[in-house]
Amino acid sequence: MFKRRAPRRGSHPYAIPYTLSAPALLLFVTMVLAPLLLTGLLSLNSYDDSVGIKAGVDLHNYLAIFGDEYYLRIFLRTFWIAILTTFICVLVGAPEAYVLSRMRGRWRSVFLIVILAPLLVSVVVRAFGWSMLLSADGLINRALQAMGMAPVKMLYTSGAIVVALVHVMLPFMVIPVWTALQRLDPTVEHAALSLNASQATVMRRILLPQILPGVLSGSLIVFGLSASAFAIPGLLGGRRLKMVATTVYDEFLGSLNWPLGASIAIVLLLANLIIMMTYNRILERKVSKTLG
Amino acid sequence: MQRNGPLALLFHTLVVSFMLAPLVIVCLVAFTPQDTLSLPTTGISLRWFKAVFEHPDFLQSFYNSLQLALLSATLSVLIALPAGLALGRYNFPGRAALNALFLSPLIIPSLVLGVAFMRLFSVMGMTGSFFWLVISHTVVITPYVLRLVLAAVVGIDRSSEQAAQSLGADPWTVFRRITLPAILPGLSGGWMLAFINSFDELTMSIFVTTPATVTLPVRMYMYATESIDPMMASVSALMILVTGAAMLILDRLYGLDKVLIGERT
Repeated sequence: MFKRRAPRRGSHPYAIPYTLSAPALLLFVTMVLAPLLLTGLLSLNSYDDSVGIKAGVDLHNYLAIFGDEYYLRIFLRTFWIAILTTFICVLVGAPEAYVLSRMRGRWRSVFLIVILAPLLVSVVVRAFGWSMLLSADGLINRALQAMGMAPVKMLYTSGAIVVALVHVMLPFMVIPVWTALQRLDPTVEHAALSLNASQATVMRRILLPQILPGVLSGSLIVFGLSASAFAIPGLLGGRRLKMVATTVYDEFLGSLNWPLGASIAIVLLLANLIIMMTYNRILERKVSKTLG
Repeated sequence: MQRNGPLALLFHTLVVSFMLAPLVIVCLVAFTPQDTLSLPTTGISLRWFKAVFEHPDFLQSFYNSLQLALLSATLSVLIALPAGLALGRYNFPGRAALNALFLSPLIIPSLVLGVAFMRLFSVMGMTGSFFWLVISHTVVITPYVLRLVLAAVVGIDRSSEQAAQSLGADPWTVFRRITLPAILPGLSGGWMLAFINSFDELTMSIFVTTPATVTLPVRMYMYATESIDPMMASVSALMILVTGAAMLILDRLYGLDKVLIGERT
């Protein structure tokens, strides 16, 4: 005898999707929402060298960050390094995506993977590679000396951090510009050229406006990731050249002032979210203006 | 379509060399016979690779990382699969919020997550637990799996499911025989991508590992800040090898360019 399952009368209409997402919901509530909330609360506590973390609730950590020149300088340095990295990534990544898109068949996919695959190699490995290239007796300095020039101090400077950050972030710029270029209709370019537009005009009037959204979303990702980068400033910036992420690390694992470290992390998170949201708003306005 | 001019090709060559330089240098220096970081000009030697395998800390960390990546990638697939089906197939109140929550680790800096996990584990008294390390990796890599699963679920042609259903197949059979095979490439690609991301993860792990659970990237970071000898280059070369092998498999399973660029087009 076949037994048909009784229709589940009265069961909730959304029972299936809710049941299916339940494990993920449980994971993300315990591992995203709860820890962030705890960190927010921790940032309101205070710290005493002899007692440890004290329970009081106030904003003095935040006041300390914004009132202390030491922390302000670190935030400012992080900001400038992230801006510079983003700028260079635009200047290099956008043209590179364009060159890639004009390649043919095999070469195109080979080089696309060559440019993007370093993304999957651990950032420690890449930072270490750069520290070998840039160190006092590294390859670049030896090449300089071989050519009869004086060695340059590169490691432990902001320059080294920017170079290595550009290396890590470039794929994040190439990807969105590449995606934008793939959506481009090549006949528009041909039409403009056949109507006697110069190559420069085509570039300015047709290409640029269409890849602009890609460039903007790429710079958003690059800026956010650079501002919170840890391994690169940790290995290439040395002890003195601190960025926000390395400062948080030192507060947590060096001086054990968790509440202060937590408030720096919260400031970083909020700054990231605010920049991302304003940027998105500008992006949407810009896109709707170009399209309509 | 226009061809690239010589200037464009020169620029391209420079960019490619820039991208490959640090990786190539690491792999070359790993074979040096000397005691210092130098290119193997006098001959090729495997002594620093041997040194790695005789270094118990690195071996221990390698096993930790391997175990961690295998477990967390599997767990994240088990969690992302039902969630992807729910988000991709059903419209229900709160769907957009869940979608945003499940992808949020992509926009929260890993540093912030690391700090947050460290606090959570200390409050729970779970600092140093390997289980909770697996869970923390799972939450960071699940968004990558979820994106691939969502792309696969949305792309399914539903008529064969309906055909099976109308021929009397029960929902479980339809899922096992029709739906699952159709999304398998996305699922296995997602697993592989999650594995690579967990195996390489540094910034979050550095806050939640303890001496017994240190992962390979964390061990390498600590080692590189203290001493610099060619062993670091050999470990890095091995790391590139593991990642490279994983990338090849990923390419076979799903297509590396599709994973790297995403399915937005």
